Amino acid sequence: MTLTEKILARAAGKGSVKAGDNVWVKADILMTHDVCGPGTIGVFKREFGPEAKVWDRHKVVVIPDHYIFTADSKSNRNVDILRDFVREQNITYFYDVIDDPNGSWKFDPSKGPLQRQYGSQYAGVCHTALPQKGHTRPGEILFGTDSHTCMAGAYNEFATGIGNTDAGFVMGTGKLLLKVPETMHFRLEGQLQPGVMAKDIILHCIGEIGFDGATYRAMQFDGPAVKNLSMDDRTTIANMAIEAGGKNGIFECDDQTRAAVDARCRLNGTRQTYEPVERDRHESFVYELTVDLSKLEPTVACHPDPGRRQLARLMTQTQLDRAYVGSCTGGKTSDFLEFARVLRGKKVVIDTFGVPASPEIVHDLQTARWDGQTVWQILVDAGVQMTENAGCAACLGGPVDTFGRMNAPLKCISATNRNFPGRMGHRESQVFLASPATVAASALTGHITDPREYLS
Amino acid sequence: MNLATIPQNSGERQDLKHLRLSIAILREYLRELTLAGKSDQILLRWARRVHPYGHIASFFASSRMMNFIDNLPRRRQHILMQSVFTGPVYVVRDNIDTDQMISAQYLNLVPTIPEEYEKLGSFALGGLPDSLYPVRFVKPGQMDSDYPIVVGGRNFGCGSSREHAPIALGSAGCHAVLAESFARIFFRNAVATGELYPCEIADRLCDALQTGDVVTVDLDKLTVTVEATGKVHAIKPLGDVRQVVDAGGLFNYARKTGMMSAA
Ligand code: SF4
Repeated sequence: MTLTEKILARAAGKGSVKAGDNVWVKADILMTHDVCGPGTIGVFKREFGPEAKVWDRHKVVVIPDHYIFTADSKSNRNVDILRDFVREQNITYFYDVIDDPNGSWKFDPSKGPLQRQYGSQYAGVCHTALPQKGHTRPGEILFGTDSHTCMAGAYNEFATGIGNTDAGFVMGTGKLLLKVPETMHFRLEGQLQPGVMAKDIILHCIGEIGFDGATYRAMQFDGPAVKNLSMDDRTTIANMAIEAGGKNGIFECDDQTRAAVDARCRLNGTRQTYEPVERDRHESFVYELTVDLSKLEPTVACHPDPGRRQLARLMTQTQLDRAYVGSCTGGKTSDFLEFARVLRGKKVVIDTFGVPASPEIVHDLQTARWDGQTVWQILVDAGVQMTENAGCAACLGGPVDTFGRMNAPLKCISATNRNFPGRMGHRESQVFLASPATVAASALTGHITDPREYLS
Repeated sequence: MNLATIPQNSGERQDLKHLRLSIAILREYLRELTLAGKSDQILLRWARRVHPYGHIASFFASSRMMNFIDNLPRRRQHILMQSVFTGPVYVVRDNIDTDQMISAQYLNLVPTIPEEYEKLGSFALGGLPDSLYPVRFVKPGQMDSDYPIVVGGRNFGCGSSREHAPIALGSAGCHAVLAESFARIFFRNAVATGELYPCEIADRLCDALQTGDVVTVDLDKLTVTVEATGKVHAIKPLGDVRQVVDAGGLFNYARKTGMMSAA
């Protein structure tokens, strides 16, 4: 069995499963956020009754992160709906925007978009928060009401995005009927060259199979190169499995995985026992691709879909209006470090926005120093508008007052994960996806630029 | 099953829309209820469709509403729950992602709140670029679409997992999407919510048809017939999907088939 099949078989209480089987699997975690949470709660109450209790109050993880720093009253209300539900159900893990469990959230636009407006429990973008708060463990099943839930596959678990109705069902029963996906195999070999990042690996793979090349399928990433990829790198790759239509992306469990998981679970007091799945000799794949990382070059996915692969160096004619670094895919500490490495001591020539994915990342950047200067300050000095209000921000457009949102038909190069029309705001705007390094180099020139030109 | 109507007049339309109720659906429901005596399943289903949180009993108790309905001006319209329906199509191309079906800025609307369910419908397919889609799926100022059938290309519904997407289409009055292929989560959500039938068609209908062309979809025979030319296209077998959508979505289906105890 493949890694995905092994996890599903275990969660279904079966000795084995094969692609195409329909199985009821037990959920280990159900994650929901402010955009889909209220609807999921609505479905749950409608179907199980107003007095119903969630199947396990320790296993429902609620993470407001999408439409937080906006004056839109409905969006603010949605965070309050989550809080009410958490209180009523006595849910253990809720990363609220505010500290008062009986309060209500209201964004204050008069303070501007850059200055921190959250309390001590807020955790930022859900997919980044899940591992940071110790909710991702090898061998487990994670459902989330968000398509990029597949990001947690980097931790050797089966993680997939579901809709509100399915999530309402899981909330009440702890189970879901799933079709076992076929597995596509991506074997990674060789070493990434300077200026090339994990983002380039996944953009390359999606370009290879097309943005619907993995529809209904699992994408398994393994091979000798994986040990040189950090957990951040692996999450970038697994995150974008959905951009090829994939049901999930998955990696093996190694020492790095265990170290990260153990440390995070200990830190937040979550369960520290888990059982990874390992590869065996009998795996059947519907597709195999070997990627030599040493041959990859900085890559861009062009408007209007993530499968439109092109090399950055061939796209210098594409003029840009803005640059954006952020999101679960591209807003991690390691992403900002690469971003800063290219920008350091220089000035951006187009509007450039930086949105860390979580408060912890904000803290990292404000405390990490290069030659006495914080990375945060280096970015600000380079002309980047850095916000402390970690969250999804303009990655998916959001309400019109969202930080970094494109409210006009602009062209943006972005370290995010999705570039369908209108994704970052205006429906005639265009988004080009690239690594933080490529975004940085492009911000310096105003057109798409290969970051290797800026490596000293 | 035949005559069904919706009001012409916009004021009345508004009132009616408020109850998420096209007259077509209501009449159909009443007919089935009284003639066939099949009460519960249909009742539940319509209750869900009509009012996600609603208590249909109190609604039907309102004789004022019944009068209102009976006295409305009428025109024919197509009905979900029929296995055959005819209507004009709205044609889109490949890779229509869920951002284009319901722009992210409207995700603050919660589908289980009736008014917000309504509003979602008015924004359906609103994220399509004007430059490519000058004719809008829902005309400005309207709450519903004139197109009960949407035709798409490959990978329909890719992108985010928002259930708001099939819900917006369903709320706008779309009964079926005919596409070459569907993205996984959209397909699953369409079925789980019971909002619409996602029908895979091997032929590339989005090249063959134009917005406004009238087709007849027959879910029993698994055919799409283009009215103007008589050309027939095959729908790939729907399998369990048909029953789940017929039942009104995952929960009703789960209860009906004993996977979940009846509430
Ligand atoms: S950062 Fe973007 S991709 Fe990630 S969860 Fe938020 S909206 Fe989705």
